[in-house]
Amino acid sequence: MPKKVETVIEELSYEKAFAELERVVSSLENDQLTLDESMKLFARGQSLVEHCSKLLDTAELKVQTLTKIGIGEKEE
Amino acid sequence: MGLFAQKTLSVSEINHYLKELMESDEILRDIWITGEISTLARPGSGHIYFTLKDENSSLRCVIWKMNALRLQIMLQTGMAVEAHGAIGVYERDGQTQLYVDAIRLAGEGALYQEFLRLRTKLEAEGLFAQERKRPLPPRPATIGIVTSPTGAALQDILNTLRKHYPIAKVVISPTSVQGSEAPAEIIAALDLLNRITKPDLIIVARGGGSLEDLWAFNDENVVRAIAASASPIVTGIGHETDFTLADFAADLRAPTPTGAAVLSTPDISDLLNELSSMTEHLVGNLEDKLANSRRDVHEWEQRLLRVTPIWKVQDDRQAVDNLVNRMNRQVVHLLALQRSGLSNCTQHLAALDPQAILQRGFALVSKIDGTRVNSIQQVVTDDQVAITVSDGAFHATVRKL
Repeated sequence: MPKKVETVIEELSYEKAFAELERVVSSLENDQLTLDESMKLFARGQSLVEHCSKLLDTAELKVQTLTKIGIGEKEE
Repeated sequence: MGLFAQKTLSVSEINHYLKELMESDEILRDIWITGEISTLARPGSGHIYFTLKDENSSLRCVIWKMNALRLQIMLQTGMAVEAHGAIGVYERDGQTQLYVDAIRLAGEGALYQEFLRLRTKLEAEGLFAQERKRPLPPRPATIGIVTSPTGAALQDILNTLRKHYPIAKVVISPTSVQGSEAPAEIIAALDLLNRITKPDLIIVARGGGSLEDLWAFNDENVVRAIAASASPIVTGIGHETDFTLADFAADLRAPTPTGAAVLSTPDISDLLNELSSMTEHLVGNLEDKLANSRRDVHEWEQRLLRVTPIWKVQDDRQAVDNLVNRMNRQVVHLLALQRSGLSNCTQHLAALDPQAILQRGFALVSKIDGTRVNSIQQVVTDDQVAITVSDGAFHATVRKL
């Protein structure tokens, strides 16, 4: 697995968090990892699961309206 | 007029003849006629009677109940329509009339021709090709909506998303969806989304309406803008039976605005299932990995034990034992050899025992001082000698040499 800077999980959208979770699981399943690497990856996966669950539990549709001048924020 | 003039027909006969003539004509059997509805009658039988007229002429029309039930529009006096059906003769009155099986609003025919022409043209360009369709993102984070801000379509979409997929962020790009200004506005609204928001997908929606109402979505430039959109597009335009060219150009066509919201997003319950199965994978995988590691450790422990110095010491000890055994065996062997050599010697010795010789009748002669007499040179006459025989000794004197 290529080394990369880990983003703060709390800032991830559901889509991004879930996509990373998929990569984590697939990496755990397919890559040759040391046990230590596996444990670290697993911990990251667990945090992603928690974040995704939280997003699903607290989800509320956010609605914005574009205007020709700019973006009109309107939370519904 | 000749003597053998043609036969004279009765009224019935001529009307019957006309009826058959008309009904066998291919053009009259399948014809569209445009006019304005007047003298509309809907008797209890369920059939509908009316007259189609223009400035100069009129035509009686009838719609049988079976066809009347299938009409898409509510007929009204004064309405300009196009009626399809077959021309026939009502024999009783000698009345030519149109037996109608379908009616559309006037102008729709022309619109439909234009629709077909554009469809053929854009299809030939490959704008609707299946290979152009992009897959929709499985879990869109941001969804753009191009529709009227006041229409029911928007509320349908928002309500559906709230129930179905509330984790999305929705960006509405408002536009009018009918009228002459609509095409340009729709294109601008799409452009705004694609340039500023860059959503994961865009829903283009409008509630139901006539072909004319939906016409903005058959506008060539609108259709091209949809095909060229950077974000994939799902259309939900009109009702299930309505098809617009925008639908053909979209990456996915949904039957209604609500359908567009449903088809373009996963259900939150599916997401929960998906997440829990992913969690199982994650945990299961780690457990497998730990079990593997434990097994590896055990295996190596076994291998380690096999190469431990303890085994070597024990091996050495065994080697020593072997040597000792071999040595012992060797000693025993040697002793046995010795013993058997000794016994030979003893026999030899026995054979050499002078006593045995004496018993065979030989005698041993020695001087008085014990010197053995082996030669005649050792004695002179009158020497005293001792003679030993097998069972004793006696003295004798040498007498004669």
